[in-house]
Amino acid sequence: MLAISPALVLSQSKGGSVLIKNGTVMTAVKGTVENTDILVENGKITKIGKNLSAPSGVQVIDATGKWVTPGIIDCHSHSMLDSINEGAYSVTSMVRTRDMLNPTDITIYRALAGGVTSANLLHGSANSIGGQNTTVKFKWGHPVEDYPIPDAPPGIKFAMGENVRQTTNFNQPTRPLRYPRTRQGTIEVMRDAFLRAQDYKKSWDDFKAGKTKVQPRTDLELQPLVEVLEGKRLVHCHGYRSDEHLNLMLLADEFHFKIATLQHGLEAYKIAPEIAKRGTGVSIFTDSWGYKLEAYDAIPYNAYILWKNGVNVSINSDSDERMRRLNLDAAKVEKYGGVPEQDALQMITLNPAKQLGIDKRTGSIEVGKDGDIVIWNKHPFEVTTRVETTIIEGDVYFDRAKDAQMRIQMAKEREDLEKLDVNKAPGAGGTAPPRPSERRKADRDEAEHGDDGGNQ
Amino acid sequence: MSTKWKVDRAKFFALITLAIATLFSNTVAQNDGTEQNAIGRAGTFAIVGARIVTVSGATIENGTVVIQNGKIAAVGAAVSVPAGAERIDGKGLSVYPGMIDAGTNMGLAEITLAVPGSVDLTEVAVNNASAMAIKGIHPDSAHINVTRINGITTVMSIPGGGVIGGRSAVINLNGATPDEMAVTPVYGLVVNFPRIALGGGFGGGFGGGGQPVDFNEAVKRRDSAVDDLKKMFRNADNYARAREAYEKDKTLAYPPNDPRLEAMIPYLRGEKPVIFAAERERDIKAVAKFVGEMKLKGIILGGQDAWKAAEDLKKNNISVIYTNIYALPVQDDDPYDYLFEAPSKMAAAGVKFCISTGDTGPEVRDLPYHAGLAGAFGLSYDDAVKAVTLYPAEILGVADKMGSIDVGKMANIVVADGSILEPRTNIKYEFIGGRLIPLTSRHTRLFDAFKDRKMPQ
Repeated sequence: MLAISPALVLSQSKGGSVLIKNGTVMTAVKGTVENTDILVENGKITKIGKNLSAPSGVQVIDATGKWVTPGIIDCHSHSMLDSINEGAYSVTSMVRTRDMLNPTDITIYRALAGGVTSANLLHGSANSIGGQNTTVKFKWGHPVEDYPIPDAPPGIKFAMGENVRQTTNFNQPTRPLRYPRTRQGTIEVMRDAFLRAQDYKKSWDDFKAGKTKVQPRTDLELQPLVEVLEGKRLVHCHGYRSDEHLNLMLLADEFHFKIATLQHGLEAYKIAPEIAKRGTGVSIFTDSWGYKLEAYDAIPYNAYILWKNGVNVSINSDSDERMRRLNLDAAKVEKYGGVPEQDALQMITLNPAKQLGIDKRTGSIEVGKDGDIVIWNKHPFEVTTRVETTIIEGDVYFDRAKDAQMRIQMAKEREDLEKLDVNKAPGAGGTAPPRPSERRKADRDEAEHGDDGGNQ
Repeated sequence: MSTKWKVDRAKFFALITLAIATLFSNTVAQNDGTEQNAIGRAGTFAIVGARIVTVSGATIENGTVVIQNGKIAAVGAAVSVPAGAERIDGKGLSVYPGMIDAGTNMGLAEITLAVPGSVDLTEVAVNNASAMAIKGIHPDSAHINVTRINGITTVMSIPGGGVIGGRSAVINLNGATPDEMAVTPVYGLVVNFPRIALGGGFGGGFGGGGQPVDFNEAVKRRDSAVDDLKKMFRNADNYARAREAYEKDKTLAYPPNDPRLEAMIPYLRGEKPVIFAAERERDIKAVAKFVGEMKLKGIILGGQDAWKAAEDLKKNNISVIYTNIYALPVQDDDPYDYLFEAPSKMAAAGVKFCISTGDTGPEVRDLPYHAGLAGAFGLSYDDAVKAVTLYPAEILGVADKMGSIDVGKMANIVVADGSILEPRTNIKYEFIGGRLIPLTSRHTRLFDAFKDRKMPQ
């Protein structure tokens, strides 16, 4: 599939060079500037200005009449993941999404076609402590090891509420009971884990200080939680109701660490001052609501109220489908409350970059940052806009014109394959093909519950 | 069935009952949807000096719309404002017909995943023809106030379940009772058309679920299921003729009442449309064949591949309620914009279609963006607007009442500060059935309650 991907030739590339000429550039930090050029060299933005000339051999893309934005960053995604919940225990901090990245997942290409360049690949929400996330750039066509952003701080997924309690879905008679089954149980499972992590840390500290003689056994479950206690690992916690997210922040206060992001936070607007006080970020759906009881109080003004309180807000998709139209999700926050345009754009670019600790390298169009850039045929907040070109670190990963050519090649390839004997229709004497395996449903947290609903 | 299973099942149901009871008590505490959706204020209104997008004809750059007795009384550049009319300054605003979503389950399910007590979507018989959505629609659903303040004034609400799901209702999103909301209380007969299903996977329809089967076997099962469906229609036909014969000649044996067969009569006679849920080319073509053979009036609901079956659809006068803008292409090698592009391909092929969210309720308010995204991928802007106004009105058989700004039509009118398809546009005024509705919802109420909240010192 897509054996002709142009990105293949870029494998091992350390970053490309490109000059984008004469676009209307939404920098996401310094307003929108017209008739502006951006030069990317060896993956980094080196110049932004007018009438720049291309160094020899550097590809020039004419963006006259087009809009240019930073690459979109999705702070909550399950793309590329072949499984998302290690279901038997409720604390599975030892597992890593990095171990199951699928670089041939077509959703990567579709996300690029929607202007997404980076994503936070999280575990699902079946467990109170779900596992270690991976922050990637969608370097389609590259080997899997090129996807994780090397200097992104490590993180971990927590979850609270209906999914952890496993009570949302009723028709699963075979599912065994598992602690926790309530919200009060969930927070205690987390608290217990941190108490154990504290003790574990003490055993190592004592050993290192020479107070004890026997080296403690390495504990893969507790080690990541020690990193949380030491402020070295970011916590991204799925939750809906404001009271449960508040409980989480109180727990973090008790153990003296900070939550990086409240994920979903559909009721975060109810506790915006408490969130702002702690400097915690919130990564929300722009307006999804009503699909679960705990989503019934979600409102599309969530982003506005949080923003007004000075909270860092990002807008995520949690969906391979929705990921393709995050630009329109950002546009909606202008309508609901009146968030200014640049602040709305930041909610899908710079703000998630900050939440993931990658804002030094991406999230805005500034000299010194990675050349992660999207070219649109219209203003990105217009409903009839389309992505023309998506660039990561100076290399083109999606180009609509090239895509049109690839389709023709692909149709021909398909036609040729269908002519082969083994692929003849049963009526034409061929043998029936085996049924394709069931597609995994990893675009939502409920995937393992067998639901077929919307975003969670 | 083993004894063990029985025991487990008993435990399971006990658990469910407990869980439902718990959730229900939560719902009562958290849900303010029990309050009545405000039905707005009637009167004579004149929107003056606005841009009027009539949809049926040319756009009037600076004109007046008069609303009286629930209807559009006058439209034009040189229309005088009747004495006593409430005047609305339309400067800088655009007037559109209210949008129509022809493929929803509005009012039938409040919280689908967690609160079974709020879900009335699917009946459990194979033939549920007598079931009517209008009997299950909750007029005070919070989905209704949230949806309508984004410019959607009318929806079709569709029941599901079994092979024949029941009968849909076309409703305005305004009214204290289902009858007040009803535009066409009983419209289409919903059929989950048997599809070629290779087993496993998502199930659904005949042949779905269970063990994988090869293609020939799947076709055989589909054909057999289609035969069963034909039998249902023929039984209804026989029933209708027996009843008629008895009316003429009372010496004949009395054919007892059968509400399910009775319900099917206008559909099998082609007087009212049958709505067939179908997505793939082969299934849509099978629907077209079925409609042709049975001489039905057909509508496709879903329609991913409908443009590929254009000739079959046109030949049998089948229109399409397209619900696949917010959906991913099924096959990995489908073009990335395959489902965004489909409406433009239907338009080019001359297939009659409209665009729908296909959503149960909460996200129906995104209807304009579904149309807008089709507009990004080949559909003309005018067609995109029509795809959520006049086209659904035509497909729902209510184009004489709504879908455009024309004198005599029901005053379902949206006044906005920009194009209704744009996510940044704000709705400023909205009329449903001539009533000026308040632009408030569960969401605006929660916003008002929390927007200025401070932390206690």
